[in-house]
Amino acid sequence: MPSAPALLQRFPRLASGGDAHREVLMNVLRYRGREGMVAWAFHRISGVGIFLFVVLHVIDIYLVGGDPRAYNELLAFYASVPGRFLEVLLGAALLYHALNGMRIIIIDLWPTMTAYHRQIWWASWVIFVAVGVPGAAIILRPIWLPILRGIGVA
Amino acid sequence: MIRVSPRSSGRVRPSGSGLEVAVWYVMRLTGVGLFVLALAHFSILHFVFDPAEQTAEFIATQRWNQLIWRALDWLLLMMVLFHGFLGMRIVVVDYVRGGTARLLTLSFLYMLAVLLFVLGTVVIVTLPMPGSAR
Repeated sequence: MPSAPALLQRFPRLASGGDAHREVLMNVLRYRGREGMVAWAFHRISGVGIFLFVVLHVIDIYLVGGDPRAYNELLAFYASVPGRFLEVLLGAALLYHALNGMRIIIIDLWPTMTAYHRQIWWASWVIFVAVGVPGAAIILRPIWLPILRGIGVA
Repeated sequence: MIRVSPRSSGRVRPSGSGLEVAVWYVMRLTGVGLFVLALAHFSILHFVFDPAEQTAEFIATQRWNQLIWRALDWLLLMMVLFHGFLGMRIVVVDYVRGGTARLLTLSFLYMLAVLLFVLGTVVIVTLPMPGSAR
């Protein structure tokens, strides 16, 4: 990694903006997020996304007793094409959050596993793809199956 | 700011033996529970059944026609409420800085948690179970 003065020379206008600018710039340049940082950001984003769906989902399941017709209308949206793509997104967030959560727990409980934290991170992505792609295919079946039938493949 | 372990990218376990340590453990215990319950729930309702067949009648007559399914879904609700709202609490504490703003946001959050607990519990307990001996 280049030295700090060398980095500052690459951004002369920001670097001449006074001490405050210099400090912000240095922090940006020094910051090198790798696997752990990406894992953390994805964990937070997927967590908030799942939380928002849970709020919606508890309210919609209440409608089964409270207003069955409204529930059926909402479920018709879940079964629609845009609804299914959103469900794939939800499933991806859920699967990522679950796998990365297990990674966090493993390293928290067995600190010696820290030596393999990068391998665990990539292993979790292998599982994510191996489980997620077939899962997405099943959810999206009503979209691709008619297309295959249309061209005479299925 | 919540301190995050650079390796596991989970929260650093708070020191001492207070509430924060308990919260730290609750997040991990409910996390393991949700790994099983939430993934199973999603799989059942997307891979075993399809959203296209899930009407209100389907919930009453098939999905929730046995006590065990209602009990498991209620357990899932409890775990997701604790895990989800304690997680959101961490996010709020990270990003909402002002004392009053944070108090109001957290108050709203906890009231929402109570509301979801009531709505979810009411529908699981009161939805008629056709064909049961009740």
